[in-house]
Amino acid sequence: MTSLFTSVLKLCVATVVATTMMSGSLMAQTKEKFQVAWTIYVGWMPWDYAQQSGIIDKWAKKYGIQIEMVQVNDYVESINQYTAGKFDGCVMTNMDALTIPAAGGVDSTAVIIGDFSNGNDGIILKNKKSLAEIKGQNVNLVELSVSHYLLARGLESVGLKEKDIKVVNTSDADIVAAFASPEVTSLVTWNPQLSEIKAMKGASLVFDSSKIPGEIIDMLVLNTQTIQENPKLAKALTGAWYEMMGLMKTKDAKAIAAMAKASGTDVAGFNSQLKTTNMFYDAKDALSFTQSDALPKTMQKVSEFSYEHGILGDGAKDATFVGMAFPSGKTYGSTQNVKLRFTDEYMKLAAEGKL
Amino acid sequence: MKRLINQKPNRGNALLLGLLPFIILVIVYVFASHARLQENAEDKLLPSIAQMAQTMDKSALSPSKRSGEIIFWNDTLASLQRLGLGIGISATLGLMIGVPLGLIPLVRAGFSPFIAAFSMVPPIAILPILFIVFGMGEVAKVALIVIGVTPIIVRDLQHRVEEFPKEQLIKAQTLGASSWTLAVRIIIPQMMPRLLDAVRLTLGTAWIFLISSEAIAATEGLGYRIFLVRRYLAMDMILPYVLWITVLAFLADFILKKFTCKLFPWYAKKDSL
Repeated sequence: MTSLFTSVLKLCVATVVATTMMSGSLMAQTKEKFQVAWTIYVGWMPWDYAQQSGIIDKWAKKYGIQIEMVQVNDYVESINQYTAGKFDGCVMTNMDALTIPAAGGVDSTAVIIGDFSNGNDGIILKNKKSLAEIKGQNVNLVELSVSHYLLARGLESVGLKEKDIKVVNTSDADIVAAFASPEVTSLVTWNPQLSEIKAMKGASLVFDSSKIPGEIIDMLVLNTQTIQENPKLAKALTGAWYEMMGLMKTKDAKAIAAMAKASGTDVAGFNSQLKTTNMFYDAKDALSFTQSDALPKTMQKVSEFSYEHGILGDGAKDATFVGMAFPSGKTYGSTQNVKLRFTDEYMKLAAEGKL
Repeated sequence: MKRLINQKPNRGNALLLGLLPFIILVIVYVFASHARLQENAEDKLLPSIAQMAQTMDKSALSPSKRSGEIIFWNDTLASLQRLGLGIGISATLGLMIGVPLGLIPLVRAGFSPFIAAFSMVPPIAILPILFIVFGMGEVAKVALIVIGVTPIIVRDLQHRVEEFPKEQLIKAQTLGASSWTLAVRIIIPQMMPRLLDAVRLTLGTAWIFLISSEAIAATEGLGYRIFLVRRYLAMDMILPYVLWITVLAFLADFILKKFTCKLFPWYAKKDSL
């Protein structure tokens, strides 16, 4: 029996070694097929329509590759899957790009800055009118998300600290129902939930992201190594995005209706969400935002917030642990550990019409 | 040569064979983790065992900077409290509803279809209603476990009472026992170990509901921590927590089993637990 045991053990080890080695060698191959994950959010719905209407395919064909936009139902899960290597790219906010893939050692590049939240995220109090009254309350929100960051910035603006309130981690899927419960007196969330709750009895919006414009940024993030090996992917996606933006700028009725439907609302609802989203319809605007001095400053704030909340990982000794690179050679933090890159390369090509 | 079905391992080999799947799992993990870490030293998906130990030591087992509490024990205590309350209430309700359902035909005719239908409602699907009725605090978390687990225990006990040997009931009746005496002296004492069995089988379900309720809204708990750190893919914290939940669930099952053996030796012998 004992010899049987050892031989079985040996066989198992051999199988494991063989499989790991095989999967390792598969990873190194050059690719022609790419997968990019997206989730439902007003600023990302264009990706869905671009795929449905064949714009993605058209641009992919132009560059001789294949691109599949994969819808993931859970936002954090989509980023986790990207970080684990399942996707070549994913849509996410600036803060999540720093704390999930970049802090996880996956070198990532923000290829397209799509928009920034200009009222899409907000703090709501029940039966109270001003933010200062939040003191001493339980605040329901998705902990460690942009909502948490918005709350920290809001508290700062009225001279309060996080110590003055108590954060209750609440799933974004259940936060609308949560507001109906008498125990919930204040919360922070994003759209479409925010507009639902705002319309409920006793709710008043006391702070929103339009007070910190340009700090909550929605972008397309691609794996840096993948686009170094295959710049075609970034070019094709950028081309498709700005063709799509052209449609949105002219308020193409068909496109708006399709995006509204896919995000589970109607045209009026979708348009009202667009109003609180500062979309960069023009590549030139996105470009100047990316090149501005405000971006590194914002990212510094986000990095400091993330470090204070322990989400840069255990290796982080201070907020500069994960390095970030910005256009024209500016950097923040460790230059040895640059894991998040903001590039203007592709948006510039789009602005110059060279794609 | 003995037939395969007659070859029995001795104690040592049985232990080795029992451990084998665990050892294989650990080896597979160590290899896969090593392969990923070689490609990217910061990889978070499959951290090494040393990394996990370090994270747990630093983040979960040292007093937190803000409150000075040790979050690991805090989480464990909060979760076990909710689980214990939920299971306790479910078992009591299960006994109180299951026995009359199985024993009294009039009650069965009146409530059995309703209970059967009610037990099919997935509690997670009616969360908004639960929030409004039970709020968002501790009550809601315990209520979710109770709503998820009680119907299973009720239906199990009902069937156990129904399949109770008729001879015993007839014998007691010829000796003059009333319906009440039958329930209290014959049925319930013999149902107790079966109730514990039902509780053991529903422990897994109870954990699922506990973790879900903590994922929805909480400030502490094992499920809360897992869903919180999942936000930045901290598998070095999630994996030890999952392991700990498994150990706790296994221990709860083991203790209930020993408890049944000790308290109801007649039952334990019959079913050779």
